[in-house]
Amino acid sequence: MMQPKLHVPAVPARPGEAPDFSYVQLAPAGSVPRPDPRVPVRHTVELAESLIRVLDAQGEACGPWDPALTADTLLSGLRDMVLTRVFDERMQRTQRQGRITFYVRSYGEEAVSVAAAAALADTDMLFPSYRNQGLFIRRGVSLVELMCQLLSNTRDMCKGRQLPVMYHSAEKRIFSISGNLATQYPQAVGWAMAAAIKGESQIAAAWIGEGSTAAADFHHALTFAKVYKAPVILNVVNNQWAISTFQGYAGGEQRSFAARGPGVGIAGLRVDGNDFLAVYAATRWAAERARSGEGATLIELVTYRAGAHSTSDDPSRYRPREEFAEWPLGDPVERLKQHLICLGVWTEEQHQALLAKLEEQVGAAWKQAMSHGTLTEGEKLDPKLMFADVYKDMPDHLREQCTQMESEK
Amino acid sequence: MSAMNMVQALNSAMAVMLERDAAVVVLGEDVGYFGGVFRVTDGLQKTFGSHRVLDTPIAEGGIVGAAIGMGVNGLRPVAEIQFADYIYPAYDQIVSELARLRYRSASAFTAPVTIRTPCGGGIRGGQTHSQSPEGVFAHVSGIKTVMPSNPYDAKGLLIAAIEDDDPVIFFEPKRLYNGPFDGDPDKPALAWAGHPMAEVPEGYYRVEIGKAAVARAGSAVTMVTYGTMVHVCIAAAEAEGIDAEVIDIRSMMPLDLDTIALSVEKTGRCLIAHEATRFAGFGAELSASIQERCFWSLEAPIARVAGWDTPYPHAFEWQYFPGKQRVRRSLRQLMQIEG
Repeated sequence: MMQPKLHVPAVPARPGEAPDFSYVQLAPAGSVPRPDPRVPVRHTVELAESLIRVLDAQGEACGPWDPALTADTLLSGLRDMVLTRVFDERMQRTQRQGRITFYVRSYGEEAVSVAAAAALADTDMLFPSYRNQGLFIRRGVSLVELMCQLLSNTRDMCKGRQLPVMYHSAEKRIFSISGNLATQYPQAVGWAMAAAIKGESQIAAAWIGEGSTAAADFHHALTFAKVYKAPVILNVVNNQWAISTFQGYAGGEQRSFAARGPGVGIAGLRVDGNDFLAVYAATRWAAERARSGEGATLIELVTYRAGAHSTSDDPSRYRPREEFAEWPLGDPVERLKQHLICLGVWTEEQHQALLAKLEEQVGAAWKQAMSHGTLTEGEKLDPKLMFADVYKDMPDHLREQCTQMESEK
Repeated sequence: MSAMNMVQALNSAMAVMLERDAAVVVLGEDVGYFGGVFRVTDGLQKTFGSHRVLDTPIAEGGIVGAAIGMGVNGLRPVAEIQFADYIYPAYDQIVSELARLRYRSASAFTAPVTIRTPCGGGIRGGQTHSQSPEGVFAHVSGIKTVMPSNPYDAKGLLIAAIEDDDPVIFFEPKRLYNGPFDGDPDKPALAWAGHPMAEVPEGYYRVEIGKAAVARAGSAVTMVTYGTMVHVCIAAAEAEGIDAEVIDIRSMMPLDLDTIALSVEKTGRCLIAHEATRFAGFGAELSASIQERCFWSLEAPIARVAGWDTPYPHAFEWQYFPGKQRVRRSLRQLMQIEG
């Protein structure tokens, strides 16, 4: 007799086993049609299950999603992705040396942030997760400013209150990163609703990992976005792993994450997240849809978390070390580089020179950031800052506690 | 008996209960194959299988809601919330559902759920990995709240929590996982090995929930505390050369007011210490209850030492943490008051 049995999602490969990505649904570059961005939601059902790709294995751009970008735009995209990677590598090293307490790299996911920010208007509001440093870099937040936050030093934008990587930039319209997951998703929808209420044309975009789609806030966001046709782009970065939790545990088996969009009643696109051109084109499509009043789009960006979750994590305990080398969508930096070489506007030598230049730039920025102190060395933030900004006006009991704290020195 | 740190003791408690009672299941984020981000569930899935030790989606409300359903259907779930800072998405399931299910259904439905969660600071975790929200939950009728301060109590209390037919939120001071911590971050970290409370039986035993422990006997003043602050208070009293009696309450609800009152009536002075913020913190309940019970024995106003009333700041962790210096000063001031 048949009876129900608890299903435990299968994990394709554990340490010591051969990587197995046969579960990843692929589609050839250029094979997915590009409808008008104003299509009814039900016309996106197939787009949400397929895979929008522009760059083929040889590095050629093909198909209707090719955004036909200028060489300059492509080169600046490559530069920002390489800069993000160089920055990440250097900051990871400084964490290992004990200069900063914690770090999160976006290694292998650089296109997800850089291409999206390139495709949006600078006035659009971004609600990042903690693995979207590429948004800050693309929007031109200075490396020194980011580093000072990491160091919790005298120039720290968060005044020493936040863990490293929890940046913000009001000037560049990037919201404050929370350490809690998915909270920014309904907030981005609310921001977009406010833009619509005020009759403004800016849109909002938010990013979370596929693991966080399990959180209630993900579902709140989709529902509000659907109900009010909010002008927002909701990105799910499906990098396969949420610390040790495989994407199957977030419900990735059988249906794509993008399919949750049309499931709720907003458009959905499933996109090759390691293809700069595809991410750019999909973001443009969703932005046009939002600006024309047709509401939100859920974009699933299929990618791979090539590094550890954070400096507190050791992925060799739960997945094969060789996985990234076998990842079918490759490396976003290498793929855009190859495309530029194909176009005849870039060479391996120029790439090496760029890398060296950016390493030098990051090194110089680090020196400058360090000159403003670290958590343990040099000039330090005044601990009194701990009591400011709890409220707009400091209540009496905090004033008293501040005095008491000072006398403890 | 063997020497265990708190991580091993908690792991042993769950292993013992998974072995003894087929209804016990463990669930949470990263708890299965990986063994938990603090390694507390290490090896349990390998031994007991993926139907007894479940990796879950990242949804604390879902974890607690599902644990309630499992509990109603005859299981005894032990749910892990990866950091106490992440418990708030489950707040509605805990407060409106878990805490009140027995009451609203006149005991027709109950859910014997244990929620384990690492709390407290001292690991440079910033505001999202350092909070002590025990007071928030102690305020809610219908749940018990427990916080051990050493490996022996951790194991015995966790077994008692799992066996308890009422829901229990079990707070684990993460700074104590690998060793006692007296509040001085500049000293080399101590291990549990050699500490008397790190001698832990390998098998089954219980530490009753709702009984305080005298962590240090003394006669000059009563220090009422729990979690990491037990060690800070002992160190502060010894540094001041004050013969303090340090009471580790071990559970906020039920609260063992008898043990506390017996001591306060003996010493005539009382200092309350916790790591959580002070305003409307659990210390306020302690202070009120002690004052009501022991007013005529008190020689001085009750003193409270706590974290400042701000979010937990990353850079100012040690100016924030109610360390030895803050406790010592408060203790000195308390002792100077003429009775």
